[in-house]
Amino acid sequence: MEYFLQQLINGLALGSIYGLVAIGYTMVYGIIGMINFAHGDIFMVGAFIALIAFLILIAIGITAVPLALFLVLLIAMLLTSLYGWAVERIAYRPLRGSFRLAPLISAIGMSIVLQNYVQLAQGARVKTLPPLITGVHTLLDLGNRFVVQISNIQILIIVTTFALMTGFSWLVSSTSLGRDMRACEQDLKMAALLGVDTNRTISLTFLIGAALASVAGIMYLLYYGVIDFHIGFVAGVKAFTAAVLGGIGSLPGAMLGGLLIGLIETYWSAYFSVQYKDVAAFSILIIVLIFMPTGILGRPEVEKV
Amino acid sequence: MTNEPILSLNALTMRFGGLLAVDSLSFEAKRGDITALIGPNGAGKTTVFNCITGFYEPTSGSIRVTHDDGKAYALEKLPDFKIAQRVHVARTFQNIRLFAGMTALENLLVAQHNRLMRASGYTIFGLFGLPGYRNAEREAVELARYWLEKTQLTDRADDPAGSLPYGAQRRLEIARAMCTRPVLLCLDEPAAGLNPRESDELNVLLRSIKHDTKTSLLLIEHDMNVVMEISDHVVVLDHGKKISEGTPEFIRNDPKVIAAYLGVDEDAVEQAEAEAGL
Amino acid sequence: MSAARTENASVLSHALKDALLASIVAFGLFILLLGFLIGDARGGMGLTQRPALLASVIGIVFVGRFLISLLYYNAPALRAALTRAWTAILDLATQYKTALVLLVVAIAIGWIFFAPAQWPLVVMLVATLLVGISLGFSAAFLVFAILFPVAFYDNPYYLGIAIIVLTYVMLGWGLNIVVGLAGLLDLGYVAFYAVGAYSYAIIAQMYGWSFWACLPLAGLFAAFFGILLGFPVLRLRGDYLAIVTLAFGEIVRIVLLNWVSFTNGPNGIGSIPRASFFGIPFNAEENGFAATFGLEFDPTHRTVFLFYLILALALITNWVTLRLRKLPVGRAWEALREDEIAVRSLGINPTNTKLTAFAIGAMFGGFAGAFFATRQGFISPDSFTFPESALILAIVVLGGMGSQIGVAIAATVMTASFELFREFEQFRLVIFGFAMVGIMVWRPRGLISTREPTAYLKERKTISVEHVAEGRG
Repeated sequence: MEYFLQQLINGLALGSIYGLVAIGYTMVYGIIGMINFAHGDIFMVGAFIALIAFLILIAIGITAVPLALFLVLLIAMLLTSLYGWAVERIAYRPLRGSFRLAPLISAIGMSIVLQNYVQLAQGARVKTLPPLITGVHTLLDLGNRFVVQISNIQILIIVTTFALMTGFSWLVSSTSLGRDMRACEQDLKMAALLGVDTNRTISLTFLIGAALASVAGIMYLLYYGVIDFHIGFVAGVKAFTAAVLGGIGSLPGAMLGGLLIGLIETYWSAYFSVQYKDVAAFSILIIVLIFMPTGILGRPEVEKV
Repeated sequence: MTNEPILSLNALTMRFGGLLAVDSLSFEAKRGDITALIGPNGAGKTTVFNCITGFYEPTSGSIRVTHDDGKAYALEKLPDFKIAQRVHVARTFQNIRLFAGMTALENLLVAQHNRLMRASGYTIFGLFGLPGYRNAEREAVELARYWLEKTQLTDRADDPAGSLPYGAQRRLEIARAMCTRPVLLCLDEPAAGLNPRESDELNVLLRSIKHDTKTSLLLIEHDMNVVMEISDHVVVLDHGKKISEGTPEFIRNDPKVIAAYLGVDEDAVEQAEAEAGL
Repeated sequence: MSAARTENASVLSHALKDALLASIVAFGLFILLLGFLIGDARGGMGLTQRPALLASVIGIVFVGRFLISLLYYNAPALRAALTRAWTAILDLATQYKTALVLLVVAIAIGWIFFAPAQWPLVVMLVATLLVGISLGFSAAFLVFAILFPVAFYDNPYYLGIAIIVLTYVMLGWGLNIVVGLAGLLDLGYVAFYAVGAYSYAIIAQMYGWSFWACLPLAGLFAAFFGILLGFPVLRLRGDYLAIVTLAFGEIVRIVLLNWVSFTNGPNGIGSIPRASFFGIPFNAEENGFAATFGLEFDPTHRTVFLFYLILALALITNWVTLRLRKLPVGRAWEALREDEIAVRSLGINPTNTKLTAFAIGAMFGGFAGAFFATRQGFISPDSFTFPESALILAIVVLGGMGSQIGVAIAATVMTASFELFREFEQFRLVIFGFAMVGIMVWRPRGLISTREPTAYLKERKTISVEHVAEGRG
């Protein structure tokens, strides 16, 4: 029982990270109907930018954790969203309204570019960050072999994720940008005819998606302390899986999918085998899609005859 | 012989959530006839079509098709492609659905898939170009040529379907459906978007299908010229219910039909009925 | 005159403004990732500053953007000039076809006269050119491929690259059935390649069967996996299909990685039996290939044999695909790509149609996998990762979906340039990624985007791309 609860906490923390990345996939899909394959690599770039920012702050003597964290969050969100913007501008905007597979291939191209650029710039070896946020709280101790603990970093991850989710939902539902985004999602052409600056809205969507991915990157960096140029692919595939599982295009779906994938992985590793955790996540995705072809919260596709 | 029904609907009901699109509809279409299904927008005509051709599974009720050898089929449980494959019910679509990137001829060859598939030994004989398959393909091209001529599309046979003008696309869709050698052809607004001359040509084509082939026709149409001129029997739907049925002459003068089309309220209908001495 | 000058000035100032903006963005992008290197001089934690690198990259961006802007603002004039030059060249070539042929032959004779040792190369080039002029591009491609080992017999490195290229041509053609013809997006094609390779490796090792006995089995296993993948994805569309195929590819790879008792896990399977010349092994023994045919032993014999083997396999793939397109099953695939609802209304079973596309596409992937295993003699899960699937898909899309020759060109250009620039490693990959983006922006429907009809009544007309759908699956 304690073991089960412990895994629940671990799974929620991991799932939050996936969820944050998944939002980026789902937003872009909702608006321009394409898979932004480079999004996982944006997450990786975010983690690298955060790591360098941390090291700079340490070098210039800012070591108070809350202040450093705040500054890193700011820098990473800013610079990573620039990457999101650039990717859209270079690889996707010229292909807007084009055939469906063209942006997909160009996205895969962009993903290759980002991965190898980071590898060229920073080398292939793993990079580490010593634990900055330490400390655990014991939630439950029945004197058995296991105790249920939650670490500060897990609290930080879960709280940040939910704060961002709330903020983001508010943005989509109650601001004029959010209204523009929803309009573009409904019908890009019509939105443009009605005076919505679609280019700007799409750019902002990429900016926000990248900013959220960079937060996920920071959390990943703080949680695991180890990053390399390859984390983007794995996290990207997982987050994409999460977005599809939840129903691509749906924001709560992305979060739900993220949490589910995180939990499935954690529980499968805990009770069965670590090696096959990805197989478990993918298999559940396939099974869910067989019965719900548009994901858990996705709008069912009406077949118009 | 022409009096036995080829298609009979019995208490067909289709419900989408809270919306009752078709409400306990029963009617028959006679073999060799042209039966028209008319009604104002949103009356549920296309839904009836989708139930008959298996794109929707009806909530309740039954749909029977009887071949002239007496064999009857219950369509309500068959999936779409099996209805076309086994029962030989073909259809066209309200928004034309051609294979736009394939030529007109190719469209008509795709329609003969099942016959050609058998002739090609499920691909294996065909792969090595055995004569049996080559003959079957020649026949298929001949049938396609026949229908291209019938629909005045011979000159455009080698052009992609997507490049044809609108009226030609409508005709090609009918030709394609006829290439499946159907016993019942369901046409969803075949005259929509046609100019008067094209619309007249369509009448000629549909009449010739009625006379020259064994195919019975069921059509949804808004163009009353077409309906009144060619149909033998008319069924009128409004709000998913059958409100009238009979010969074109009868329908033309039925006050309930007039009311439904003009959107007159119930009192006016009763008044009209009283005046007509009903 | 003065109007032109002000226009020039405004073009210049526009270009400068663009370049400046690009530099600012570049500064934001690169300040941390290029400006600093994680890890200090002693290899510990900390940072090394790289201001020179940062400055030079931003400089390159500035100059590059400036030039691109200049080109862009002058684009119409430039494009017109290029088109004029190109049509002029084509006109000349068609007008003086005979003279051109004579010129080619003359150059060839001269070449052989001065460098007799290079005659195979000259023969190949001349034959390719002459066939190209008279019979067209596809025939030239074929002649080039057939004569390639003759010309490069002494260069095993090029032969090796050519074998890799042909493997990808075959994979591209195999995937083309699924993506190009049936319009079903498959991001996990490499799984079938893996199944083929492992089937061959395991059967050959366990039962000692020959390559020729294992090849059909490898294809069959792969086709079986194709159907296995086909079932769950029948109802899925677009991106749902994409992620499931991707997941399927990953599942296969992870299983290969972890089922150690069967696949030897990450260490892979080594010493896989090499393909023999229909039972005669390529070795220096008495019963070997060289001795049997009275030749001197030369390891290149095997390489040349492998070259022709994969060429034959690829050509079989091509032949079967071209045949299938003209059969009802192939027409049903294309119809499915165009409009699935209409397909169903014509009594065609969409399930069977999709499954055959998956199965046949997978089967060719399996053949290619078996070939890969016998050529390498060693396989491990590392060869079957997602980027491999992405590369094959990119070949199909860049080539022009559904076009056989387009796929062959794309496979050749991509894999050959990829292999030739191997020494540049990551740098080459960055360029490669940008090239993928560039080609898509330049030609979103691929290099050859027209469709050839499969039957005609009077004349065969090529169908332009605007009518052809790419499928929603």
